[in-house]
Amino acid sequence: MTATATEPSRGLAARDDRVATRPLAARLLSRPEVGSLIAAIVIFLLFMAVAEPFRNVANVGTILYGASTIGIMAVPVALLMIGGEFDLSAGVAVTTSGLSASLLAWNFGLNVWVGILLALVVSVAIGAFNGWLLLKTGLPSFLVTLGTFFILQGVNLGVTRLLTGNVASADISDMDGFASAQKIFGSEVTLGPVNLKITVLYWVVLTVIAAYVLLRTQMGNWVFAVGGDAAAARAVGVPVRATKIGLFMAVGFCAWLSGMHLLFQFNTVQSGEGVGKEFIFIIAAVIGGCLLTGGYGSVVGASLGALIFGMTQLGINYAGWNPDWFRTFLGVMLLLATLVNMYVKRRADLR
Amino acid sequence: MSTATTERHDVAGHSNTPILELENVGKSYGNVHALRGVSLNVRQGEVTCVLGDNGAGKSTLIKIMSGLHDHTDGTMKLDGVARRFGSPRAAQASGIATVYQDLALAPLMSVWRNFFLGNELRKGPLRTLDIARMKRICEDELGKMEIVVPDLDRPVAGLSGGQRQCIAIARAIYFGARVIILDEPTAALGVKQSGVALRYIVKARDAGLGVIFITHNPHHAYLVGNHFIILKLGRVVLDAHRDDLTLEQLTTEMAGGQELAELSHELRGIDPGKVIEPGEVEHGHVEAPALSREELKAVEREEREEEEEPRA
Repeated sequence: MTATATEPSRGLAARDDRVATRPLAARLLSRPEVGSLIAAIVIFLLFMAVAEPFRNVANVGTILYGASTIGIMAVPVALLMIGGEFDLSAGVAVTTSGLSASLLAWNFGLNVWVGILLALVVSVAIGAFNGWLLLKTGLPSFLVTLGTFFILQGVNLGVTRLLTGNVASADISDMDGFASAQKIFGSEVTLGPVNLKITVLYWVVLTVIAAYVLLRTQMGNWVFAVGGDAAAARAVGVPVRATKIGLFMAVGFCAWLSGMHLLFQFNTVQSGEGVGKEFIFIIAAVIGGCLLTGGYGSVVGASLGALIFGMTQLGINYAGWNPDWFRTFLGVMLLLATLVNMYVKRRADLR
Repeated sequence: MSTATTERHDVAGHSNTPILELENVGKSYGNVHALRGVSLNVRQGEVTCVLGDNGAGKSTLIKIMSGLHDHTDGTMKLDGVARRFGSPRAAQASGIATVYQDLALAPLMSVWRNFFLGNELRKGPLRTLDIARMKRICEDELGKMEIVVPDLDRPVAGLSGGQRQCIAIARAIYFGARVIILDEPTAALGVKQSGVALRYIVKARDAGLGVIFITHNPHHAYLVGNHFIILKLGRVVLDAHRDDLTLEQLTTEMAGGQELAELSHELRGIDPGKVIEPGEVEHGHVEAPALSREELKAVEREEREEEEEPRA
């Protein structure tokens, strides 16, 4: 085990001339987020060229706001996909969280902050339930979360109508604690000509933390491992169950953050909202380089995917195009980005 | 018998008491008894070979010792204390490392991440991964096995079976403090790399580890083994020390002795040296060999057992 013992064999090993060092460009291009980066640049240039208001600096805040509401969820969804699982209930879970805070506080006359904390418990518990049920039954996460998706959708509507007689939660803007909570979840800051919503800050912070955890910590290593080969991970001592349940709970936590923004931005929450959002989160993650089969992907890529969404959503408006085509555009984007990902990765791996 | 052999082969410097002892250990899956009455002693500085055909219960035995499955009968003692490992992590913590047949590598993860998976080195107040140190150790350890890996950052999916095997062995030896279980390490390797793997087994033994070498190749086993156990249909059919056994005996026992004699008698009629003139064969003209009812059942059973243990 001494250095002298290893040196000769290392020298010998290094002399295998079949293996050349890979060029830096190839190494950069084989990163998972490269497809989304290229797509983001192309879309940025496209709308810069065709949409006059897109060039206006003041609109940066609006574009980033659109991206951030998706990005806050796309980040944990990407982590979950790298960990090998789906969450189809992520979209309605946001609504559930907003509704629970609002309805609990309003119905029991509680301080808004108590409602917020109870909503956090509810959201994280939904995530934990998804993970627990998945591991208990061994069913694919697609089925399990499809179930929770429909359950939550019904509960959102049913409970809201039961308590308020309406399809939206009551306005809670005059309740105790609302003002301070709105500062945390719904405020905005002005930087020169740009108005930045606080969600942009949350989005950036979440992306940085998640990317750090994924690439630089033991937990991140475990996320890749449980998604890549859960049996192999278990065999070398990775706590697979805890990792997967933790990932679902992270989605729950971010759903809570999103839900709180929804509530304090509009003072009420529409109970039917959130349906269809889950696919947008998944699309952002896939554009960002996450494999549907797990074990590979990038959080930064998912955030770039969310940015592409933000730019497209407003770019279409700014360009004066018919917004009916937004979804078609998204579908084409998804296919193009995945093809670029696949092509670039294959080329880079060969070099 | 096993106590007698230990006394005879008490090596100075190594402790005589077994690290890991199995007494009449059995495992049932419902009404299927995969393993019955297996007794086994693993001592430091010794190579214990477990041989057996497909479906003999080798994989089940490994899974019990490595903490993946719990045994249903008998006792397993570690340092003389009866233990049940709840998880592979618990087994690892007790110093039992396992190299699985499927190698337990995550295909899309890089070489160094796989090497340290589950045992990541961390530093600093934030417990960040110590990537530089892990890469250096990984390179050193692989260098010792004379494995050339183009780039430690490449996913292991792009490596050959032999390279992956060696990564898994190097990893287990690096982390396996006291007992290392090798599940058919030479099965997928070429001649040269099998030699490297066998030398690594000897190195592990010389370092004072207890080695459990699972294989169905009696030639490989006899090259390095101190003690041999043959499993058949979940039972121990041979338990012998090296001094009481020749390679021929081991090969015959492993091949099923009596069964092989019967098979060779039966196959004598086919004239193995014969070469047939090439000719056109009409569709449906090659008949299936006629098997008796018992033979069919035996084949079906083997196939079923292999399916039931997909990760065996």
